[in-house]
Amino acid sequence: MPMELANVENIAHLARLHLSDEEKKEAADSMSNILKLIDQMQSVNTDNIEPLAHAFDNVQRLRYDAVTETNTRDELQKIAPEAEEGLFLVPKVIE
Amino acid sequence: MIDSTLAEISRALENRDISSVEITKAYLDRIAQENADLNAFITVTEDLAMAQAEAADKKRSEGSAGAFTGIPIAHKDLFCTNGIRTSCGSKMLDNFIAPYNATVVERFNNAGAVTLGKTNMDEFAMGSSNETSFYGPVKNPWDRSLVPGGSSGGSAAAVAARLCAGATATDTGGSIRQPASFSGITGIKPTYGRVSRWGMVAFASSLDQAGTMTQSAEDAALMLNVMAGMDEKDSTCSTIDTEDYTASLDKPLEGLRIGLPVEHFSEGLSADMEECIRDAVGEYEKLGATVKDIQLPNSHLSVSAYYVIAPAEASANLSRYDGVRYGYRCDNPVDLEDMYKRTRSEGFGTEVKRRIMVGTYALSAGYYDAYYRKAQKIRRLIKNDFQSAFEEVDVIMGPTSPHTAFAIGSQNDDPVTMYLEDIYTIAVNLAGLPGISIPAGFINNLPVGLQIVGKDFAEAQLLNVAHKFQQATDWHKKAPQD
Repeated sequence: MPMELANVENIAHLARLHLSDEEKKEAADSMSNILKLIDQMQSVNTDNIEPLAHAFDNVQRLRYDAVTETNTRDELQKIAPEAEEGLFLVPKVIE
Repeated sequence: MIDSTLAEISRALENRDISSVEITKAYLDRIAQENADLNAFITVTEDLAMAQAEAADKKRSEGSAGAFTGIPIAHKDLFCTNGIRTSCGSKMLDNFIAPYNATVVERFNNAGAVTLGKTNMDEFAMGSSNETSFYGPVKNPWDRSLVPGGSSGGSAAAVAARLCAGATATDTGGSIRQPASFSGITGIKPTYGRVSRWGMVAFASSLDQAGTMTQSAEDAALMLNVMAGMDEKDSTCSTIDTEDYTASLDKPLEGLRIGLPVEHFSEGLSADMEECIRDAVGEYEKLGATVKDIQLPNSHLSVSAYYVIAPAEASANLSRYDGVRYGYRCDNPVDLEDMYKRTRSEGFGTEVKRRIMVGTYALSAGYYDAYYRKAQKIRRLIKNDFQSAFEEVDVIMGPTSPHTAFAIGSQNDDPVTMYLEDIYTIAVNLAGLPGISIPAGFINNLPVGLQIVGKDFAEAQLLNVAHKFQQATDWHKKAPQD
Protein backbone atom coordinates (compact mmCIF):
# COMPACT_ATOMS: atom_id res chain seq x y z
CA MET A 1 0.00 0.00 0.00
CA PRO A 2 1.49 3.39 -0.96
CA MET A 3 2.30 5.85 1.80
CA GLU A 4 -0.42 8.46 2.34
CA LEU A 5 0.13 11.69 0.42
CA ALA A 6 -0.33 13.82 3.55
CA ASN A 7 2.51 11.89 5.15
CA VAL A 8 4.72 12.39 2.08
CA GLU A 9 3.95 16.13 2.15
CA ASN A 10 4.86 16.36 5.82
CA ILE A 11 8.21 14.60 5.33
CA ALA A 12 8.98 16.76 2.27
CA HIS A 13 8.30 19.86 4.36
CA LEU A 14 10.56 18.63 7.19
CA ALA A 15 13.30 18.02 4.60
CA ARG A 16 12.60 21.40 2.95
CA LEU A 17 11.87 19.84 -0.40
CA HIS A 18 9.21 21.01 -2.83
CA LEU A 19 7.69 18.05 -4.68
CA SER A 20 5.35 18.28 -7.67
CA ASP A 21 2.14 16.23 -7.58
CA GLU A 22 3.76 13.64 -9.80
CA GLU A 23 6.85 13.48 -7.59
CA LYS A 24 4.65 13.04 -4.50
CA LYS A 25 2.96 10.04 -6.07
CA GLU A 26 6.30 8.55 -7.07
CA ALA A 27 7.67 9.17 -3.56
CA ALA A 28 4.64 7.50 -1.96
CA ASP A 29 5.20 4.38 -4.09
CA SER A 30 8.96 4.10 -3.79
CA MET A 31 9.02 4.91 -0.07
CA SER A 32 6.51 2.15 0.57
CA ASN A 33 8.81 -0.31 -1.22
CA ILE A 34 11.84 0.93 0.69
CA LEU A 35 10.00 0.71 4.03
CA LYS A 36 9.03 -2.86 3.18
CA LEU A 37 12.76 -3.63 2.72
CA ILE A 38 13.60 -1.84 5.97
CA ASP A 39 10.87 -3.63 7.89
CA GLN A 40 12.74 -6.92 7.43
CA MET A 41 14.76 -5.72 10.44
CA GLN A 42 11.74 -6.43 12.62
CA SER A 43 12.18 -10.18 12.00
CA VAL A 44 15.04 -10.26 14.50
CA ASN A 45 14.73 -9.82 18.23
CA THR A 46 17.13 -7.12 19.39
CA ASP A 47 16.07 -6.76 23.03
CA ASN A 48 19.13 -6.22 25.23
CA ILE A 49 21.37 -5.47 22.22
CA GLU A 50 23.34 -2.27 22.66
CA PRO A 51 22.94 0.02 19.60
CA LEU A 52 26.14 0.60 17.60
CA ALA A 53 26.35 4.19 16.33
CA HIS A 54 29.74 3.84 14.79
CA ALA A 55 32.00 0.98 13.65
CA PHE A 56 34.52 1.92 16.31
CA ASP A 57 32.69 3.09 19.37
CA ASN A 58 35.62 5.09 20.65
CA VAL A 59 35.31 8.44 22.34
CA GLN A 60 35.86 11.46 20.16
CA ARG A 61 39.45 12.65 20.14
CA LEU A 62 39.88 16.08 21.72
CA ARG A 63 42.35 18.84 20.93
CA TYR A 64 43.67 21.78 22.88
CA ASP A 65 41.34 24.75 22.99
CA ALA A 66 43.61 26.90 20.87
CA VAL A 67 42.93 28.97 17.77
CA THR A 68 44.07 27.01 14.72
CA GLU A 69 41.99 28.52 11.93
CA THR A 70 42.87 31.69 10.11
CA ASN A 71 40.21 34.12 8.91
CA THR A 72 39.26 33.07 5.36
CA ARG A 73 35.87 34.79 5.31
CA ASP A 74 36.43 36.74 2.13
CA GLU A 75 37.72 33.71 0.28
CA LEU A 76 34.79 31.56 1.43
CA GLN A 77 32.24 34.23 0.55
CA LYS A 78 33.58 34.50 -2.98
CA ILE A 79 31.69 31.29 -3.83
CA ALA A 80 28.44 32.37 -2.11
CA PRO A 81 25.33 32.91 -4.28
CA GLU A 82 24.99 36.40 -2.78
CA ALA A 83 27.23 38.13 -0.25
CA GLU A 84 27.88 41.75 0.67
CA GLU A 85 30.21 43.43 3.18
CA GLY A 86 31.01 40.12 4.86
CA LEU A 87 27.38 39.01 5.11
CA PHE A 88 25.53 36.22 3.30
CA LEU A 89 22.38 37.68 1.75
CA VAL A 90 19.04 35.84 1.85
CA PRO A 91 15.48 36.93 1.06
CA LYS A 92 13.99 39.34 3.60
CA VAL A 93 13.08 37.48 6.82
CA ILE A 94 11.77 40.30 9.06
CA GLU A 95 9.24 42.86 7.82
CA MET B 1 53.26 2.67 -21.67
CA ILE B 2 49.73 3.77 -20.67
CA ASP B 3 48.71 0.11 -20.54
CA SER B 4 51.31 -0.47 -17.81
CA THR B 5 50.49 -0.75 -14.14
CA LEU B 6 51.09 2.15 -11.78
CA ALA B 7 54.03 0.24 -10.28
CA GLU B 8 55.58 -0.26 -13.73
CA ILE B 9 55.18 3.44 -14.50
CA SER B 10 56.78 4.28 -11.15
CA ARG B 11 59.80 2.10 -12.04
CA ALA B 12 60.02 3.49 -15.59
CA LEU B 13 60.04 7.04 -14.22
CA GLU B 14 62.70 6.10 -11.71
CA ASN B 15 64.87 4.50 -14.43
CA ARG B 16 64.28 7.56 -16.66
CA ASP B 17 62.85 5.33 -19.37
CA ILE B 18 60.05 7.85 -19.61
CA SER B 19 59.39 11.35 -18.27
CA SER B 20 56.31 12.46 -16.37
CA VAL B 21 55.54 14.96 -19.15
CA GLU B 22 55.58 12.12 -21.72
CA ILE B 23 53.32 9.77 -19.79
CA THR B 24 50.98 12.61 -18.74
CA LYS B 25 50.63 13.71 -22.40
CA ALA B 26 49.91 10.12 -23.41
CA TYR B 27 47.07 9.86 -20.86
CA LEU B 28 45.66 13.28 -21.81
CA ASP B 29 45.64 12.22 -25.47
CA ARG B 30 43.82 9.03 -24.59
CA ILE B 31 41.30 10.93 -22.46
CA ALA B 32 40.70 13.32 -25.37
CA GLN B 33 40.09 10.34 -27.61
CA GLU B 34 37.88 8.24 -25.31
CA ASN B 35 36.15 10.42 -22.75
CA ALA B 36 33.44 11.89 -24.99
CA ASP B 37 32.01 8.39 -25.28
CA LEU B 38 32.93 6.81 -21.92
CA ASN B 39 32.07 9.93 -19.84
CA ALA B 40 34.47 8.81 -17.10
CA PHE B 41 35.70 12.33 -16.35
CA ILE B 42 33.53 15.29 -15.36
CA THR B 43 36.50 17.68 -15.48
CA VAL B 44 39.87 17.20 -17.21
CA THR B 45 42.62 19.37 -15.68
CA GLU B 46 44.99 19.48 -18.62
CA ASP B 47 46.93 22.63 -17.67
CA LEU B 48 47.35 21.60 -14.05
CA ALA B 49 48.48 18.12 -15.12
CA MET B 50 51.15 19.47 -17.47
CA ALA B 51 52.42 21.92 -14.84
CA GLN B 52 52.58 19.16 -12.22
CA ALA B 53 54.32 16.81 -14.69
CA GLU B 54 56.97 19.44 -15.46
CA ALA B 55 57.48 20.07 -11.74
CA ALA B 56 57.80 16.30 -11.17
CA ASP B 57 60.44 15.92 -13.87
CA LYS B 58 62.35 18.86 -12.40
CA LYS B 59 62.21 17.29 -8.96
CA ARG B 60 63.55 14.04 -10.39
CA SER B 61 66.42 15.78 -12.17
CA GLU B 62 67.29 17.38 -8.83
CA GLY B 63 67.38 13.95 -7.23
CA SER B 64 64.49 14.51 -4.81
CA ALA B 65 61.81 12.29 -6.37
CA GLY B 66 59.82 9.69 -4.45
CA ALA B 67 57.90 6.56 -5.53
CA PHE B 68 54.88 8.61 -6.57
CA THR B 69 56.57 11.58 -8.20
CA GLY B 70 55.17 12.20 -11.67
CA ILE B 71 52.48 9.48 -11.69
CA PRO B 72 49.24 10.62 -13.39
CA ILE B 73 46.10 9.82 -11.42
CA ALA B 74 42.48 10.98 -11.20
CA HIS B 75 40.33 11.94 -8.22
CA LYS B 76 36.69 11.04 -7.72
CA ASP B 77 34.76 14.28 -7.97
CA LEU B 78 33.86 14.36 -4.28
CA PHE B 79 37.38 15.11 -3.07
CA CYS B 80 37.69 18.88 -2.76
CA THR B 81 40.35 20.35 -5.06
CA ASN B 82 41.49 23.91 -4.53
CA GLY B 83 40.52 26.04 -7.53
CA ILE B 84 38.98 23.14 -9.48
CA ARG B 85 35.26 22.37 -9.52
CA THR B 86 34.10 19.64 -7.11
CA SER B 87 30.60 18.73 -8.32
CA CYS B 88 29.91 15.45 -6.49
CA GLY B 89 27.96 14.52 -9.62
CA SER B 90 25.25 17.02 -8.67
CA LYS B 91 23.65 20.13 -10.16
CA MET B 92 23.74 21.42 -6.57
CA LEU B 93 27.54 21.70 -6.75
CA ASP B 94 27.92 22.28 -10.50
CA ASN B 95 29.37 25.74 -9.73
CA PHE B 96 31.25 24.79 -6.54
CA ILE B 97 34.98 25.52 -6.52
CA ALA B 98 36.42 24.56 -3.16
CA PRO B 99 38.90 27.00 -1.63
CA TYR B 100 40.97 24.11 -0.19
CA ASN B 101 42.21 20.58 -0.91
CA ALA B 102 40.93 17.39 0.71
CA THR B 103 43.65 15.76 2.84
CA VAL B 104 43.82 12.88 0.32
CA VAL B 105 44.39 15.32 -2.55
CA GLU B 106 46.91 17.30 -0.52
CA ARG B 107 48.89 14.13 0.23
CA PHE B 108 49.02 13.11 -3.44
CA ASN B 109 50.08 16.62 -4.41
CA ASN B 110 52.82 16.56 -1.79
CA ALA B 111 53.95 13.15 -3.07
CA GLY B 112 54.39 14.68 -6.53
CA ALA B 113 51.41 13.00 -8.23
CA VAL B 114 49.92 14.49 -11.40
CA THR B 115 46.15 15.22 -11.36
CA LEU B 116 44.55 14.41 -14.73
CA GLY B 117 41.05 15.38 -13.63
CA LYS B 118 37.95 14.61 -11.61
CA THR B 119 35.96 11.45 -12.28
CA ASN B 120 32.24 10.96 -12.75
CA MET B 121 30.11 9.39 -10.01
CA ASP B 122 26.56 8.81 -8.87
CA GLU B 123 25.11 12.03 -7.43
CA PHE B 124 26.44 12.46 -3.88
CA ALA B 125 27.72 8.86 -4.21
CA MET B 126 24.16 7.53 -4.03
CA GLY B 127 23.85 4.76 -6.56
CA SER B 128 25.27 1.46 -7.78
CA SER B 129 25.42 2.14 -11.52
CA ASN B 130 26.69 5.70 -12.03
CA GLU B 131 23.34 6.53 -13.66
CA THR B 132 22.27 9.13 -11.08
CA SER B 133 25.07 11.56 -12.07
CA PHE B 134 23.92 15.03 -13.17
CA TYR B 135 26.58 14.66 -15.89
CA GLY B 136 25.09 11.50 -17.36
CA PRO B 137 25.94 7.81 -17.05
CA VAL B 138 29.45 6.40 -17.46
CA LYS B 139 29.85 3.54 -19.91
CA ASN B 140 31.52 0.27 -19.04
CA PRO B 141 34.72 -0.03 -21.15
CA TRP B 142 34.15 -3.79 -21.54
CA ASP B 143 30.76 -3.26 -23.20
CA ARG B 144 29.62 0.29 -23.70
CA SER B 145 25.94 -0.58 -23.40
CA LEU B 146 26.51 -1.59 -19.76
CA VAL B 147 27.03 0.33 -16.52
CA PRO B 148 30.51 0.37 -14.93
CA GLY B 149 28.96 0.04 -11.44
CA GLY B 150 28.78 2.80 -8.88
CA SER B 151 29.05 5.07 -7.21
CA SER B 152 32.74 5.35 -8.21
CA GLY B 153 31.91 4.40 -11.81
CA GLY B 154 34.06 7.12 -13.38
CA SER B 155 37.17 6.11 -11.43
CA ALA B 156 36.57 2.44 -12.30
CA ALA B 157 36.01 3.08 -16.01
CA ALA B 158 39.00 5.46 -16.20
CA VAL B 159 41.35 2.82 -14.76
CA ALA B 160 39.84 -0.03 -16.83
CA ALA B 161 40.09 1.98 -20.08
CA ARG B 162 43.65 3.06 -19.18
CA LEU B 163 42.78 6.77 -18.97
CA CYS B 164 44.90 7.09 -15.79
CA ALA B 165 47.39 5.01 -13.82
CA GLY B 166 45.11 4.87 -10.78
CA ALA B 167 42.25 6.76 -9.20
CA THR B 168 40.92 7.69 -5.80
CA ALA B 169 37.40 6.59 -4.93
CA THR B 170 35.08 6.25 -1.94
CA ASP B 171 32.96 3.45 -0.55
CA THR B 172 29.92 3.90 1.72
CA GLY B 173 28.11 0.62 0.93
CA GLY B 174 30.15 -0.91 -1.90
CA SER B 175 30.99 2.09 -4.11
CA ILE B 176 34.61 1.03 -4.65
CA ARG B 177 34.31 -2.76 -4.67
CA GLN B 178 31.22 -3.17 -6.88
CA PRO B 179 32.44 -0.90 -9.73
CA ALA B 180 35.88 -2.52 -9.45
CA SER B 181 34.23 -5.92 -9.98
CA PHE B 182 32.04 -4.71 -12.90
CA SER B 183 35.04 -3.04 -14.56
CA GLY B 184 37.65 -5.78 -14.08
CA ILE B 185 40.02 -3.88 -11.80
CA THR B 186 41.30 -3.91 -8.20
CA GLY B 187 39.46 -1.73 -5.67
CA ILE B 188 40.20 -1.51 -1.96
CA LYS B 189 38.06 0.05 0.74
CA PRO B 190 40.30 0.43 3.79
CA THR B 191 39.15 0.14 7.40
CA TYR B 192 36.91 3.01 8.54
CA GLY B 193 39.26 5.69 9.85
CA ARG B 194 42.36 4.50 7.95
CA VAL B 195 42.14 7.39 5.47
CA SER B 196 41.14 10.94 6.36
CA ARG B 197 37.66 12.04 5.32
CA TRP B 198 38.59 15.73 5.55
CA GLY B 199 37.57 17.51 2.37
CA MET B 200 35.44 14.62 1.13
CA VAL B 201 31.85 15.70 0.44
CA ALA B 202 29.94 13.83 3.17
CA PHE B 203 27.27 11.24 2.39
CA ALA B 204 26.98 8.96 5.48
CA SER B 205 29.71 9.96 7.89
CA SER B 206 29.86 6.74 9.94
CA LEU B 207 30.30 4.66 6.76
CA ASP B 208 32.19 6.80 4.19
CA GLN B 209 35.77 5.73 3.54
CA ALA B 210 38.26 6.67 0.82
CA GLY B 211 40.19 4.04 -1.11
CA THR B 212 41.69 3.29 -4.50
CA MET B 213 40.98 1.96 -7.99
CA THR B 214 43.98 0.40 -9.74
CA GLN B 215 44.97 -2.43 -12.07
CA SER B 216 46.70 -4.44 -9.34
CA ALA B 217 47.08 -4.92 -5.60
CA GLU B 218 50.68 -3.71 -5.82
CA ASP B 219 49.38 -0.44 -7.33
CA ALA B 220 46.82 -0.13 -4.54
CA ALA B 221 49.60 -0.54 -1.97
CA LEU B 222 51.55 2.30 -3.58
CA MET B 223 48.51 4.58 -3.47
CA LEU B 224 47.60 3.62 0.09
CA ASN B 225 51.15 4.44 1.17
CA VAL B 226 50.40 8.02 0.14
CA MET B 227 46.81 8.29 1.40
CA ALA B 228 46.61 6.42 4.69
CA GLY B 229 47.30 7.72 8.14
CA MET B 230 46.34 10.02 10.94
CA ASP B 231 44.97 13.48 10.15
CA GLU B 232 44.31 16.04 12.87
CA LYS B 233 41.55 17.54 10.73
CA ASP B 234 39.38 14.38 10.88
CA SER B 235 38.49 13.45 14.46
CA THR B 236 37.39 9.96 13.34
CA CYS B 237 40.70 9.27 11.63
CA SER B 238 42.59 6.45 13.37
CA THR B 239 45.79 7.04 15.34
CA ILE B 240 46.91 3.46 14.70
CA ASP B 241 50.24 3.45 12.83
CA THR B 242 50.26 2.83 9.09
CA GLU B 243 52.72 0.41 7.48
CA ASP B 244 54.57 0.25 4.21
CA TYR B 245 51.82 -1.56 2.32
CA THR B 246 54.26 -2.84 -0.30
CA ALA B 247 56.53 -4.52 2.27
CA SER B 248 54.58 -7.76 2.78
CA LEU B 249 53.06 -8.19 -0.70
CA ASP B 250 55.10 -11.31 -1.44
CA LYS B 251 54.62 -13.07 1.88
CA PRO B 252 53.73 -16.76 1.26
CA LEU B 253 50.12 -17.74 1.95
CA GLU B 254 50.82 -21.16 3.52
CA GLY B 255 48.43 -21.65 6.40
CA LEU B 256 46.16 -18.73 5.50
CA ARG B 257 42.67 -19.55 6.81
CA ILE B 258 39.90 -18.55 4.40
CA GLY B 259 36.24 -18.42 5.42
CA LEU B 260 33.39 -18.68 2.91
CA PRO B 261 30.11 -17.29 4.28
CA VAL B 262 27.39 -19.81 3.43
CA GLU B 263 24.95 -16.89 3.17
CA HIS B 264 26.92 -15.50 0.21
CA PHE B 265 26.78 -18.78 -1.70
CA SER B 266 23.04 -19.33 -1.49
CA GLU B 267 19.96 -18.10 -3.39
CA GLY B 268 20.45 -15.07 -5.60
CA LEU B 269 23.91 -16.13 -6.76
CA SER B 270 24.06 -17.39 -10.34
CA ALA B 271 25.63 -20.79 -10.99
CA ASP B 272 28.35 -19.44 -13.26
CA MET B 273 29.24 -16.73 -10.74
CA GLU B 274 29.52 -19.33 -7.99
CA GLU B 275 31.73 -21.52 -10.20
CA CYS B 276 34.01 -18.59 -10.97
CA ILE B 277 34.39 -17.65 -7.29
CA ARG B 278 34.97 -21.26 -6.20
CA ASP B 279 37.66 -21.59 -8.89
CA ALA B 280 39.38 -18.51 -7.48
CA VAL B 281 39.22 -19.95 -3.97
CA GLY B 282 40.68 -23.17 -5.41
CA GLU B 283 43.65 -21.13 -6.63
CA TYR B 284 44.24 -20.07 -3.02
CA GLU B 285 44.21 -23.69 -1.89
CA LYS B 286 46.99 -24.32 -4.42
CA LEU B 287 48.88 -21.47 -2.74
CA GLY B 288 48.64 -23.26 0.60
CA ALA B 289 45.53 -21.74 2.13
CA THR B 290 42.88 -23.72 3.96
CA VAL B 291 39.18 -23.11 3.32
CA LYS B 292 36.13 -23.59 5.53
CA ASP B 293 32.50 -22.52 5.56
CA ILE B 294 31.56 -19.83 8.07
CA GLN B 295 28.33 -18.15 9.01
CA LEU B 296 27.28 -14.50 9.03
CA PRO B 297 23.72 -15.16 10.22
CA ASN B 298 22.56 -11.52 10.23
CA SER B 299 24.06 -10.55 6.88
CA HIS B 300 20.64 -10.73 5.17
CA LEU B 301 19.61 -7.73 7.31
CA SER B 302 22.53 -5.55 6.28
CA VAL B 303 20.78 -3.87 3.33
CA SER B 304 17.73 -3.12 5.50
CA ALA B 305 19.79 -1.59 8.30
CA TYR B 306 21.95 0.31 5.82
CA TYR B 307 18.90 1.93 4.18
CA VAL B 308 17.98 3.42 7.54
CA ILE B 309 21.45 4.46 8.72
CA ALA B 310 22.86 5.82 5.44
CA PRO B 311 19.77 7.90 4.49
CA ALA B 312 19.45 9.15 8.09
CA GLU B 313 23.04 10.40 8.08
CA ALA B 314 22.63 11.72 4.53
CA SER B 315 19.48 13.68 5.40
CA ALA B 316 21.44 15.44 8.15
CA ASN B 317 24.60 15.95 6.06
CA LEU B 318 22.75 17.26 3.03
CA SER B 319 20.77 19.81 5.04
CA ARG B 320 23.74 22.13 4.47
CA TYR B 321 22.67 22.63 0.84
CA ASP B 322 20.31 25.51 1.47
CA GLY B 323 21.34 28.02 -1.20
CA VAL B 324 22.94 30.38 1.33
CA ARG B 325 26.69 29.86 1.45
CA TYR B 326 27.74 28.01 -1.70
CA GLY B 327 26.39 25.87 -4.52
CA TYR B 328 23.13 26.24 -6.40
CA ARG B 329 20.43 28.81 -5.50
CA CYS B 330 17.04 28.97 -7.26
CA ASP B 331 16.04 32.08 -9.22
CA ASN B 332 13.95 34.85 -7.61
CA PRO B 333 13.00 33.30 -4.26
CA VAL B 334 9.98 35.03 -2.70
CA ASP B 335 10.98 34.22 0.88
CA LEU B 336 13.44 32.08 2.85
CA GLU B 337 11.33 28.93 2.84
CA ASP B 338 10.70 29.21 -0.89
CA MET B 339 14.46 29.59 -1.38
CA TYR B 340 15.28 26.49 0.68
CA LYS B 341 12.63 24.33 -0.93
CA ARG B 342 13.13 25.31 -4.55
CA THR B 343 16.94 25.36 -4.25
CA ARG B 344 16.92 21.81 -2.91
CA SER B 345 14.24 20.51 -5.26
CA GLU B 346 15.93 21.94 -8.35
CA GLY B 347 19.49 21.18 -7.21
CA PHE B 348 19.08 17.54 -6.13
CA GLY B 349 18.21 14.64 -8.42
CA THR B 350 15.49 12.05 -7.81
CA GLU B 351 17.57 9.44 -5.95
CA VAL B 352 19.13 11.99 -3.61
CA LYS B 353 15.72 13.47 -2.77
CA ARG B 354 14.39 9.95 -2.19
CA ARG B 355 17.12 9.16 0.32
CA ILE B 356 16.71 12.50 2.10
CA MET B 357 13.00 11.69 2.43
CA VAL B 358 13.68 8.16 3.79
CA GLY B 359 16.24 9.50 6.26
CA THR B 360 14.01 12.33 7.40
CA TYR B 361 11.18 9.83 7.93
CA ALA B 362 13.40 7.41 9.89
CA LEU B 363 14.56 10.20 12.20
CA SER B 364 11.17 11.89 12.63
CA ALA B 365 9.26 11.93 15.88
CA GLY B 366 7.63 8.61 16.71
CA TYR B 367 9.74 6.55 14.27
CA TYR B 368 13.22 6.94 15.73
CA ASP B 369 13.15 3.81 17.90
CA ALA B 370 11.44 1.62 15.31
CA TYR B 371 13.89 2.52 12.58
CA TYR B 372 17.10 4.27 13.55
CA ARG B 373 17.64 2.61 16.93
CA LYS B 374 16.63 -0.78 15.56
CA ALA B 375 19.11 -0.37 12.67
CA GLN B 376 21.91 0.47 15.08
CA LYS B 377 21.16 -2.71 17.04
CA ILE B 378 21.28 -4.75 13.83
CA ARG B 379 24.58 -3.04 13.09
CA ARG B 380 25.92 -4.40 16.38
CA LEU B 381 24.75 -7.93 15.48
CA ILE B 382 26.45 -7.69 12.09
CA LYS B 383 29.71 -6.53 13.66
CA ASN B 384 29.48 -9.37 16.21
CA ASP B 385 29.00 -11.89 13.38
CA PHE B 386 32.25 -10.77 11.77
CA GLN B 387 34.10 -10.83 15.09
CA SER B 388 33.05 -14.43 15.72
CA ALA B 389 34.02 -15.43 12.18
CA PHE B 390 37.45 -13.86 12.55
CA GLU B 391 38.14 -16.05 15.56
CA GLU B 392 38.23 -18.99 13.13
CA VAL B 393 39.58 -17.50 9.89
CA ASP B 394 42.00 -14.80 8.71
CA VAL B 395 40.08 -13.51 5.71
CA ILE B 396 36.56 -13.92 4.34
CA MET B 397 35.99 -14.46 0.60
CA GLY B 398 33.00 -14.45 -1.69
CA PRO B 399 31.52 -12.73 -4.72
CA THR B 400 31.65 -8.91 -4.75
CA SER B 401 28.35 -8.72 -6.61
CA PRO B 402 25.60 -11.27 -7.36
CA HIS B 403 26.21 -10.89 -11.13
CA THR B 404 28.30 -9.12 -13.76
CA ALA B 405 27.61 -5.60 -15.10
CA PHE B 406 24.03 -4.93 -16.23
CA ALA B 407 22.63 -2.79 -19.08
CA ILE B 408 22.31 0.98 -18.72
CA GLY B 409 18.68 1.76 -17.89
CA SER B 410 17.75 -1.83 -17.02
CA GLN B 411 17.35 -1.49 -13.24
CA ASN B 412 15.64 1.85 -12.74
CA ASP B 413 12.03 0.82 -12.18
CA ASP B 414 12.23 0.06 -8.47
CA PRO B 415 14.93 1.61 -6.25
CA VAL B 416 14.98 -1.50 -4.04
CA THR B 417 16.26 -3.63 -6.95
CA MET B 418 19.23 -1.27 -7.22
CA TYR B 419 19.78 -1.27 -3.43
CA LEU B 420 20.09 -5.07 -3.44
CA GLU B 421 23.06 -4.77 -5.84
CA ASP B 422 25.22 -4.16 -2.77
CA ILE B 423 24.03 -7.19 -0.82
CA TYR B 424 27.56 -8.65 -0.35
CA THR B 425 29.39 -5.38 0.29
CA ILE B 426 27.20 -3.36 2.65
CA ALA B 427 27.77 -5.38 5.84
CA VAL B 428 31.50 -4.63 5.55
CA ASN B 429 30.82 -0.88 5.82
CA LEU B 430 28.45 -1.33 8.74
CA ALA B 431 31.20 -3.24 10.57
CA GLY B 432 33.91 -0.77 9.46
CA LEU B 433 36.13 -3.55 8.07
CA PRO B 434 38.55 -3.37 5.12
CA GLY B 435 37.52 -5.08 1.88
CA ILE B 436 39.01 -5.49 -1.57
CA SER B 437 37.61 -6.65 -4.90
CA ILE B 438 40.00 -8.27 -7.38
CA PRO B 439 39.45 -9.62 -10.90
CA ALA B 440 38.76 -13.35 -10.65
CA GLY B 441 37.53 -14.44 -14.06
CA PHE B 442 34.96 -13.73 -16.74
CA ILE B 443 31.38 -14.70 -17.50
CA ASN B 444 30.38 -14.08 -21.15
CA ASN B 445 33.41 -11.82 -21.56
CA LEU B 446 32.44 -9.66 -18.58
CA PRO B 447 34.68 -9.36 -15.52
CA VAL B 448 33.92 -11.03 -12.18
CA GLY B 449 35.14 -9.68 -8.84
CA LEU B 450 36.26 -11.70 -5.81
CA GLN B 451 35.66 -9.86 -2.54
CA ILE B 452 38.16 -10.40 0.28
CA VAL B 453 37.33 -8.99 3.71
CA GLY B 454 39.90 -8.66 6.47
CA LYS B 455 40.13 -7.80 10.15
CA ASP B 456 40.30 -4.19 11.32
CA PHE B 457 43.37 -2.45 9.89
CA ALA B 458 44.53 -5.60 8.05
CA GLU B 459 45.05 -3.70 4.77
CA ALA B 460 48.61 -5.03 4.39
CA GLN B 461 47.35 -8.60 4.73
CA LEU B 462 44.50 -8.04 2.25
CA LEU B 463 46.92 -6.60 -0.29
CA ASN B 464 49.31 -9.51 0.27
CA VAL B 465 46.48 -12.02 -0.24
CA ALA B 466 45.35 -10.16 -3.39
CA HIS B 467 48.88 -9.79 -4.76
CA LYS B 468 49.74 -13.48 -4.44
CA PHE B 469 46.60 -14.34 -6.44
CA GLN B 470 47.65 -11.82 -9.09
CA GLN B 471 51.11 -13.43 -9.25
CA ALA B 472 49.44 -16.81 -9.91
CA THR B 473 46.73 -15.63 -12.35
CA ASP B 474 46.43 -13.03 -15.08
CA TRP B 475 42.78 -11.95 -14.79
CA HIS B 476 43.87 -8.50 -13.63
CA LYS B 477 46.02 -8.07 -16.74
CA LYS B 478 43.08 -8.40 -19.13
CA ALA B 479 42.04 -5.08 -20.62
CA PRO B 480 38.96 -4.11 -22.62
CA GLN B 481 39.40 -3.64 -26.38
CA ASP B 482 38.60 -0.19 -27.80
